[in-house]
Amino acid sequence: MNFSVVTSQFWSLCLQGLALGLIYSLIALGYTMVYGVLRLINFANSEVFMIGTFTVLFMQVTILNNDVNTKPIVGVTLLVTMFASLFGAMIICALLAMLVELVAYRRLRILGASRLASLISAIGTSIFLSEGMRIITHSRPQTAPRLLEKSSLGNIWGANIRIDTVITIVASILIFVLLDQFVNRSRLGKAIRAVSMSEENSRLMGINLNKVITLTFAIGGLTTGAAAFFYTTVYENTIFNVGFNLGIAAFTAAVLGGIGNIRGAFYGGVFLGLLEQFASAVLGSQWKAVTVFVVLVLVLLIRPSGIFGEAVQQTRT
Amino acid sequence: MINLRDKGAQVWENWNRPSRTIFILAFIALMALLPFAASWGPTSFLNTPITSFQDVLVYPVGMFILMALGLNIVVGKSGLLDLGFVAFFAIGAYTNAIMSTMLDWNTWEILPFGIVFAMISGVMLGLPALRLRGDYLAIITLGFGEIVRIVALNSESTGGPNGIAGIPNPPSIAGVKFDYEHPQNYFWLVMVLILLVVWMVRRFTVRRPGRAWEAIRQDEDVAALMGVHTLVYKLWAFVIGAAVGGAAGVIYASKAMVISPDMFKFDVSVMILACVVFGGIGNIWGVILGAGILAYLPDRFRFLTDARQLVFGAVLIIMMNLRPDGLLPRKKREKISEDGK
Repeated sequence: MNFSVVTSQFWSLCLQGLALGLIYSLIALGYTMVYGVLRLINFANSEVFMIGTFTVLFMQVTILNNDVNTKPIVGVTLLVTMFASLFGAMIICALLAMLVELVAYRRLRILGASRLASLISAIGTSIFLSEGMRIITHSRPQTAPRLLEKSSLGNIWGANIRIDTVITIVASILIFVLLDQFVNRSRLGKAIRAVSMSEENSRLMGINLNKVITLTFAIGGLTTGAAAFFYTTVYENTIFNVGFNLGIAAFTAAVLGGIGNIRGAFYGGVFLGLLEQFASAVLGSQWKAVTVFVVLVLVLLIRPSGIFGEAVQQTRT
Repeated sequence: MINLRDKGAQVWENWNRPSRTIFILAFIALMALLPFAASWGPTSFLNTPITSFQDVLVYPVGMFILMALGLNIVVGKSGLLDLGFVAFFAIGAYTNAIMSTMLDWNTWEILPFGIVFAMISGVMLGLPALRLRGDYLAIITLGFGEIVRIVALNSESTGGPNGIAGIPNPPSIAGVKFDYEHPQNYFWLVMVLILLVVWMVRRFTVRRPGRAWEAIRQDEDVAALMGVHTLVYKLWAFVIGAAVGGAAGVIYASKAMVISPDMFKFDVSVMILACVVFGGIGNIWGVILGAGILAYLPDRFRFLTDARQLVFGAVLIIMMNLRPDGLLPRKKREKISEDGK
């Protein structure tokens, strides 16, 4: 127990927690959107994230030819590298998420199989992807090159504001605003919301169910890919099982905010990120997972549908 | 596709009582001979390349069948998704490890305590969690499984990451020794436990709790309206499942002699759940078959070394796509009413 940390490093913990929390919220979208339309836990999303982090590495090291120990680059080259790896990760993750839907979910959904069957095939996909990556990387953690000079933008209330944290926070919020507008304003967004309200009725209204579901997976993949880019930029390393802990945390965030609810995923992620930072500062980092789950249980006991309520029809299991 | 479950049930119905008894006894005897299968010519293809076949029969095969039967009460009978079943296994194993090294008790004296501690933790987890909807139960049980592992990893009384070593083997009963030289005795012990659990589940199924679980699984709201105390029966299912997991943990710790937090990771919970769903949710014979196959295959294909988990993942995807209800699905009658289509 070390409460003095909370007062002495309050703002710095807040900033780190916010960046981590936004990464969680972006991954949580991959869970929450799929849960919204299919009522299924998209177990393979954590591996989509893992593949995303390796895509960022692959883009930066192999394709754009940056040595792992290279010096930070500047100017136009930096912008091009950053955007190329961000969009590369987003596109690969979206394609992978669509592939996961095709392989693990589609046939089972058409057969009308039980939700558990889809869960197991998703778990199978997850094992397949992470084991594949383990074999390719020989279980070794991979370091990402530090391309972005992590210069400080100055101190505010004793907190060191670093450029990568700022980029993560600003860009994540931007992505959320765009997505929120897309789902609430556009025609396809309306279709997604319709399917999450009632699958049968939306089919009767002429919505192409397969298309909407694939699109939902793709959006989840895009945001998860963005999260993978920010994660690699901030933490500068990855390993084949990186998805496991982040995936669980992100799913918890989705549940905390109210599953199926996009804004809920945002607030749930931020709340969880802050909670984790403060819990590991006070209790030691080994207890942060315990704190998170205790808080989750307490929140669900008081508000069984998450802090912001669910955006899905009631289902029975 | 042919329905093996219904076909088997049909043949079974046409038999009279003596032939059923003879069949069951013959089947049990055949299973009891399994430890010798690897050294007998025609069945020697069953032998596992690296780990001794008789050890594989105890862990993972026997233990996974036992735990899958326990989880089947929770997931299959009453339809509650539990992603942290390994927690009860860990609680049983650590109860044995701590009590045997600190109090010098033997395995048989500890067994009831292991079961009771697993049941108590089942109540502590179930009371808040079972009030919530299914998917939240999944994430909370998942969290509980991780909490138990993290506590074991960071506490001094559990030996931290090194775990606890020097857990004694169980003392012999009536001349049957349980030690390193006699792995087949462990297999028979686990088999007795499996038979006990099968008997227990079958008795429950035809009685009040079984009917209550069935009603809850099909429609919880309707069950509550008809006067079923849903929370009480869900809690019972959860606690009985936990008891089976705890018993498995106690025996496992005595067999392995060393336990550490690595043995109780999330993968084990996933694996047990996969056994249940792969074999056929809710059908005892399906679960036993599924657990047997899924636990045995990775050891049989050790020669694939690195790729064996990869193949395992692919097998799960392909099998679920081909047979979404598992190898031996439950009776058609129960299935139709399940999704109401």
